[in-house]
Amino acid sequence: MEENKINTPAQPVIDSKIPEGPVAEKWTNYKAHQKLVNPANKRRLDIIVVGTGLAGASAAATLGEMGFNVLNFCIQDSPRRAHSIAAQGGINAAKNYQNDGDSVYRLFYDTVKGGDYRAREANVYRLAEVSNNIIDQCVAQGVPFAREYGGLLANRSFGGAQVSRTFYAKGQTGQQLLLGAYSSLNRQIQMGKVKSYNRYEMHDIVMIDGRARGIIAKNLVTGKLERFAAHAVVIATGGYGNTYFLSTNAMACNCSAAMAAYRQGAYFANPAYVQIHPTCIPRHGDKQSKLTLMSESLRNDGRIWVPKDIEDAKKLQAGEIKGSDIPEENRDYYLERRYPAFGNLVPRDVASRAAKERCDKGYGVNNTGQAVFLDFSEAINRLGIDVVRQRYGNLFDMYEEITDVNPGELANEINGEKYYNPMMIYPAIHYTMGGIWVDYELQTSVKGLFAIGECNFSDHGANRLGASALMQGLADGYFVLPYTIQNYLSDQITVPHFTTDTPEFDEAEKRVQANLDHLMSIKGNRSVDSIHKELGNIMWDYVGMGRTKQSLETALEKIKELRKEFETNLFVPGDQDGMNIELDKAFRLRDFITMGELIAYDALNREESCGGHFREEHQTEEGEAKRDDENFFYVSCWKYNGDDEKAPTLIKEPLHYEAIKVQTRNYKN
Amino acid sequence: MDNAINIKLRIWRQAGPKEKGGFVTYELQDIPTDTSFLETLDILNEQLVEKGEEPIAFDHDCREGICGMCSLYINGHPHGPATGATTCQLYMRRFHDGETITVEPWRSAAFPVIKDLMVDRNAFDKIQQAGGYVSFATGGAQDANAIPISKVAADEAMDSASCIGCGACVAACKNGSAMLFVSAKVSQFALLPQGKVEAKRRVKAMLAKMDELGFGNCTNTGACAAECPKNIKLSNIARLNREFIGAKCSD
Repeated sequence: MEENKINTPAQPVIDSKIPEGPVAEKWTNYKAHQKLVNPANKRRLDIIVVGTGLAGASAAATLGEMGFNVLNFCIQDSPRRAHSIAAQGGINAAKNYQNDGDSVYRLFYDTVKGGDYRAREANVYRLAEVSNNIIDQCVAQGVPFAREYGGLLANRSFGGAQVSRTFYAKGQTGQQLLLGAYSSLNRQIQMGKVKSYNRYEMHDIVMIDGRARGIIAKNLVTGKLERFAAHAVVIATGGYGNTYFLSTNAMACNCSAAMAAYRQGAYFANPAYVQIHPTCIPRHGDKQSKLTLMSESLRNDGRIWVPKDIEDAKKLQAGEIKGSDIPEENRDYYLERRYPAFGNLVPRDVASRAAKERCDKGYGVNNTGQAVFLDFSEAINRLGIDVVRQRYGNLFDMYEEITDVNPGELANEINGEKYYNPMMIYPAIHYTMGGIWVDYELQTSVKGLFAIGECNFSDHGANRLGASALMQGLADGYFVLPYTIQNYLSDQITVPHFTTDTPEFDEAEKRVQANLDHLMSIKGNRSVDSIHKELGNIMWDYVGMGRTKQSLETALEKIKELRKEFETNLFVPGDQDGMNIELDKAFRLRDFITMGELIAYDALNREESCGGHFREEHQTEEGEAKRDDENFFYVSCWKYNGDDEKAPTLIKEPLHYEAIKVQTRNYKN
Repeated sequence: MDNAINIKLRIWRQAGPKEKGGFVTYELQDIPTDTSFLETLDILNEQLVEKGEEPIAFDHDCREGICGMCSLYINGHPHGPATGATTCQLYMRRFHDGETITVEPWRSAAFPVIKDLMVDRNAFDKIQQAGGYVSFATGGAQDANAIPISKVAADEAMDSASCIGCGACVAACKNGSAMLFVSAKVSQFALLPQGKVEAKRRVKAMLAKMDELGFGNCTNTGACAAECPKNIKLSNIARLNREFIGAKCSD
């Protein structure tokens, strides 16, 4: 295991550029003193934004509105298809429209606590602060949020909070927010301020004199590499969940842009913090291509349970009985039992681990033993099927289409008590809290390179609360980056528009081309997907919900072997002329392999359990995560060492909390 | 996994926009009925790659029915035989053992084929760019609750806004019209106070762009709404017509 040894040299000081003053005043202070670019100079400056999800689209639109020239890239056929569109549940904001005691401070506090005290205080406070602007912004765009009969906005509650602060548009909130951002983006495209490149994939970042000055992107239709120059580069390319092959991410979601940034010297922060969402449809056969999420909002009215009696569980696994055959008194509502104060609304990491704990003990409820029930009987008996269907009808239908079971259907009556078909759910990889390290200005450790949205690491600590991803994506894109990037660009106004005819661009294109040529030339026997599936299995089995020193060392060894297999036995059909989807996938897989290793290195280093990272050696007697604030109260920043096969170097950014007292997370009382 | 079927897939293959295309038939054995249709194509592609052949190009991404990326004309229906669902939400239990399934790309003058089953739907973006927005810049919004909006209007706007921009309506229409797509966006804004201010300009601009891009006209056959995976209602087209006539009358 010698080669897996992590380097921890003398620590360079990490400057996160957190402004002075009390946490509640930092953002105001920053805005009051930051440098701005005047309107006439903005049009002299070009900005590349890679990605068109909530963060990318909102940033590109807003930067265009301000007067910058924006070049915006997406891998899909239209900016509207980025995976933010699939977010179902909602978006948080501290509006306190429900008069239930919410405030900016409370949203800030809940987010820091939900993140298990591993997020940066100043960033999270700013996020809570701008959350209200986001709702105003989206309503003004014509986003059709749910409303009450009085005409005002409706809210619902979500995991990890004791207030109702989540705004929603049916079960399609992500779609509506993204289409809102897309509409603003379209307006800028129409006005000529944003140039949109669809079916393009960024393959590398071009550095000139130590600054990010452009990208090499592949036109996925023609197969040609193209060059683009700008004064600054923003990546908004989402998370790395597909490292696990099966996840709730879309098929094209990948971490190649983030890996390109990492290889250019941007630190990768907290890769071990991967969110496993508790309410996904369980896996079926080995042909499966992705996992489907059922919105967390279902936990508002759904109750999660497994049988109390192991014999019942065995019968369920054998298919001899159904969930609705088991009466109330024989059900173990284990979240309500273990966490009376939050019950079914505990944060995602807690709910996921609790499901795993029951299933590991043999109480799983389907043929694989890897599923628990989410039951609406109590809600339907209390509210009536119409109300429940109004809230979750589209989710019930979606569930039925996939599984052939309708959760709203009356299935049994025992002693006068009506029982409806429960859903079956199981945790799945969903979101990645880790990401490219950024300072308070959302700038990476590479000058002129910014990272926003899920792609960066900054706001969710070790675990993200539900309905906070949409909030962060839009906060970064609408309200934070458009300000902070000006602080960087203010001294760039004398730098003229770039040509791509420079040795740096030549060099970068040559590098990418050599990489693609190499992938084509291996001509082995294995398809991209078969290797990716193998990587996914390694990740899920050894770097999944419960990790140990031994499992992580095994993972590192296995990934090393898999890289060798990839480098020597990959087969990519066709050629580089025109579209080649297998080549595109191979390009991404090379980065998933490096990403997988990075997750394992970080998980191995972090000898504590916190949020989405659970080290089995570090738990309380009750099986709860045990943090080690004395030794691990820091952000792990990983620095690339010039070669994918070399272990990265760990640099620590210590966390400083001024406003919040760090304590053990408690959702019991 | 109890049930598995054998099927034949008759698939449109076309090397590029200008190349001549044609159907190729592939046989697949033992496909579990709880496999999705796109996963079945994945299985076929995996087999093609193993044989050293080029896989079939088709658009897909989220695989949960919301991104609008997947298309496919399956057995004569956009998004296949299921109603109110996209191709990615189609499962093999809809087909029977021994069935031959015909798979084509969207066929419309405005959606040229890129490769195999993949088409270029950029025209939809262009229609949206022509006016599918509220002209308003970040930061200038008033409080979100300042304008009450009736729940009925908000819900109806939400139904219209559910359009995923997949293009099934165009593929289903004998005229290749994009009226349902355009009307969904126009309706969403027509129903909300935020959209009313520039409603007249919007409807004229979006329709003009639709005509310019080679989409056909509407003859009210309703195939679009019948095949729409998101059940966008035909009444949106009626609203679009009303908005358009109103806008023209006030010119």
